[in-house]
Amino acid sequence: MGDGALAAANVAALAVVLAAAYRPLGDYLAHVFTSARHTRAEKVLYRAVGVDPEGRQPWPAYLRAVLAFSLAGLALLYLLLRTQHLLPGSLGLPALRPDLAFNTAVSFVANTNWQAYSPEQTVGYAVQAAGLAVQSFLSAAVSLAVAAALIRGLAARGASTTGPATTGPATTGTGTIGNFWVDVTRSTLRVLLPASVVVAVVLLAGGVVQNVAGFTDVTTIAGGTQTIPGGPVASQEAIKMLGTNGGGFFNANSAHPFENPTPWTNLFQVFLLLVIPVCLPRTLGTMVGDQRAGRVLLWTMAALFGLVYVSMTVFELAGAGTVPQLAGAALEGKEQRFGIVGSTLFATATSGTTGGAANSMHGSYTALGGMMLLLNMMMGEVAPGGAGSGAYAILVMVVIAVFLAALLLGRAPVYLGKRIGVRELQLVSVFILIMPTLALGGLAVSLGITPVRAQILAGTGNTGAHGLTEVMYAFVSAAVNNGSAFAGLSANTPWLNTTLGILILLGRFLPIAVVLALAGSFARQEPTTTTATTELPVHRPQFVGLLVALVLFVALPMFLPYLMLGPLAEGVGR
Amino acid sequence: MKPTRTLWTALRLTLVLTVVLGIGYPLVVTAIGRVAFPAQAAGSLVRDDAGQVRGSALIGQSFLGSDGTPLPQYFQPRPSAAGYDAAASSGSNLGPEDAGLAAAVAQRRADVATFNAVREDQVPPDAVTASGSGLDPHISPQYAAIQVARVAAARGMTEDAVRALVAAHTQGRTLGFLGEPRVNVVTLNLALDG
Repeated sequence: MGDGALAAANVAALAVVLAAAYRPLGDYLAHVFTSARHTRAEKVLYRAVGVDPEGRQPWPAYLRAVLAFSLAGLALLYLLLRTQHLLPGSLGLPALRPDLAFNTAVSFVANTNWQAYSPEQTVGYAVQAAGLAVQSFLSAAVSLAVAAALIRGLAARGASTTGPATTGPATTGTGTIGNFWVDVTRSTLRVLLPASVVVAVVLLAGGVVQNVAGFTDVTTIAGGTQTIPGGPVASQEAIKMLGTNGGGFFNANSAHPFENPTPWTNLFQVFLLLVIPVCLPRTLGTMVGDQRAGRVLLWTMAALFGLVYVSMTVFELAGAGTVPQLAGAALEGKEQRFGIVGSTLFATATSGTTGGAANSMHGSYTALGGMMLLLNMMMGEVAPGGAGSGAYAILVMVVIAVFLAALLLGRAPVYLGKRIGVRELQLVSVFILIMPTLALGGLAVSLGITPVRAQILAGTGNTGAHGLTEVMYAFVSAAVNNGSAFAGLSANTPWLNTTLGILILLGRFLPIAVVLALAGSFARQEPTTTTATTELPVHRPQFVGLLVALVLFVALPMFLPYLMLGPLAEGVGR
Repeated sequence: MKPTRTLWTALRLTLVLTVVLGIGYPLVVTAIGRVAFPAQAAGSLVRDDAGQVRGSALIGQSFLGSDGTPLPQYFQPRPSAAGYDAAASSGSNLGPEDAGLAAAVAQRRADVATFNAVREDQVPPDAVTASGSGLDPHISPQYAAIQVARVAAARGMTEDAVRALVAAHTQGRTLGFLGEPRVNVVTLNLALDG
């Protein structure tokens, strides 16, 4: 089988399993976010923590709850990291330095999972399981809650008094967008936890380890010694992929044979990264009562994913560049069991989902193949985006596309019955500026201060254009909350830990604040009663084309100059 | 809700969920692993004929002598940026234009060709590039093929006998399209010794 046919077969298999999940998982998520019933366990939990599950929150209250919940997680995780030496099951590892603890805590609470450290040498089982894995669940649950709130705002219809008090269709006029505590609890207990148990068992069957054995010294076959690590890996791996977190148990992440042992676990992990983001359009369709709206998002995500996967795979298979030419193929940093096709599929998924996991070392990709990874993040993580965050990011692009097209065609700027007015436009404009401002601003400041620049450049694993790409990748990855790396960069320095930590925080919570404000704005609106002839048709293939173009037109002008200095300078002409 | 009350609620919810997700969940998965998949959960450990654990079928090992040169009686794995230290997984993270990596690749090609007495253009890409994890237990069937004669000579075995063992430790693409064909160096070398 030729490489092209192999790649096509991989994508086809992935498409089949995702298509099978689309309707049931999308509808199940819609049910989770709209059901009026609380389970017995949930009722006990709400009583224990002092939450009124029937209370509805307008967007400022919802946002305060998001921030309070994330702050609590941040404080608790920071405390665990700083007191690691006192915790049981820490394998004798010391506490983390304050700057590294801050960076790590922020990164896991913000669903970014940038890892400035080598896990197997830095964190023990207590921190991994009770700290990092827990925040992998909770940060994904927060993203899902925010997505649910935005969809609820779009779905708000009429002053119905019959709907369930908390989570049913919000009534317009009141402007409430749901109950954060209920959303985050349900996302965790009804979606992520049960799914993770099943996923962890499947991964175990594939060879992912799950024990508390610590490090085992063995005499190797050739008579040397080797230290085999253990740990609760399968349980953490499940939520790492499903929640599009990406925080690996080991330094090599999903390239490590104990995290991702076989070709089929590799495809399974790609599926796990994509499944929730891909099914959320169905959730939107079901909650607003119009499946065409969901399918438009799905096709847009698929088109962008295909664009990145095909070009990255072509670049990697072509293997341009000095080292790939000398070696005969671009296999540096790639595992034999996955090959190039299985590596680029994973890389496309991880750069397009805020996943940040890696089954191959991105920094060793060919110049142009690596550029596709960067570009996928620069597009704002909408192909298909993180679990929850992808849905709200692409809905922001939809709002802009609707306005643009309506302006061009002289139609009313209406999406799903909601008018797009000045306030909505202001909010989405702020949203698309946040990530580039943080990434490029952070990069400019860091490279503008002479001693800092010297220190950063001294810590790059590569010289020249590739070294700059490493630094650029780090700032974009932090600002867009991806967390993957061109890992040659020595990122564990006080300056980078702190600045990247701050970028991750702002890159997480500023967009969330804007999205919740947008949700509140939609929720207050009575749906328009314009006729189909005056409204813009937003369900046709042309609209998908517009959305794809818009994503590129927003990203490229801002980032192209930087791509020219980095990967294009390195890769063009070779 | 007042701000302080919101914070307390958040803290209480986080603590309760930490117990469920951070203690309960991994323990349940560990218990399932121990009962249903004990071998995988423990790390797919491999043992010699005496029953001693000699490593993991999933984790590559180095087959170098005490002087750091490759041992001719063993199939050699891919180069490793981690030196096959399983407690410090890592790739090289070097880019496609890195001069040091380019020189290393050229050197490895010459060394592998000399060691196995083959032409340099017979050395496949996986023999001269480091994996992402630094712990890749696999090599390509091509890299195994050029090592057969040397291993057979060093062990006084026939090439056909070695080739049969290689075949027994070779896996094709899963379902015909997933991953790449590969030879597990760890289990193959253990079988050679056995």
